[in-house]
Amino acid sequence: MVPVSYYLVLSGILFTCGVIGFLIKRNVITIFMSIELMLNGVNLSFVAFAAHWQKLSGQVFVFFVMVVAAAEAAVGLAIIIAVFRTRETLNVDQVNLLKL
Amino acid sequence: MHLVLFLVFGAICTAGAVNLLAQTHPISSALSLVVVMASLAVEYLLLGAEFVAAVQVIVYAGAVMVLFVFVIMLLNAGIEERTKGSHVAIVLGVPGVLAGGLLIAWTLLKRSGGGTVALGSLPGAPQTIAKQLFHEFLLPFELTSILVLIAIMGAVFLANRPEPKGPATGKES
Repeated sequence: MVPVSYYLVLSGILFTCGVIGFLIKRNVITIFMSIELMLNGVNLSFVAFAAHWQKLSGQVFVFFVMVVAAAEAAVGLAIIIAVFRTRETLNVDQVNLLKL
Repeated sequence: MHLVLFLVFGAICTAGAVNLLAQTHPISSALSLVVVMASLAVEYLLLGAEFVAAVQVIVYAGAVMVLFVFVIMLLNAGIEERTKGSHVAIVLGVPGVLAGGLLIAWTLLKRSGGGTVALGSLPGAPQTIAKQLFHEFLLPFELTSILVLIAIMGAVFLANRPEPKGPATGKES
């Protein structure tokens, strides 16, 4: 028997690590991985609450979050490739224009 | 046993997340993210979400991370150069994050009513998930198919190399 709050604390730790990585990292691919980390933290809290309230809707929502994360990763990495082709860099400090 | 498994894999998960922040090479960060996702799949299994655990391994640790590693290899990403953060941000930010995190953790641990999860209390087998997904959530499910289609088209369009314009510029024939 594990209290639900333990799972919530773990999910909070993961989300916080994602936020910190998003803020301190300078490589755009690592920033993307931090976003994935945040989504994983949210997924864990969804599943924990699904177990707490004995409803399966939370697990179905995790499925939707995964679909959105996969679509976001595909489009985002394509944008990274397009930016890299014109800028020749992955450092976000040097990508300071919205124009490609 | 349940608590021990939770603590062990929670520790692995946290270590992977911290390692993701500590590493400077993107490929090391990607591999530690795989560790985080695999240990999260075990946590889902402990919560009884079998289908979610399987999808986590297949979609996240499999497909998405392969995509990341592929792009890292394709772009030949090296060690990132760090830019120096401002002094005020470090002095105020680190204690602020610690205080906020401890406050949230304390609130969750002390004030959340204290429900517990036993092994197998909520069976998340594929059949039960599918019943929910294809009855109550049929419209969102179909909408995600449109979303994925648009994402595929967008990815192909964005990663496509633009063709050189103008009639005179180098057409190979």
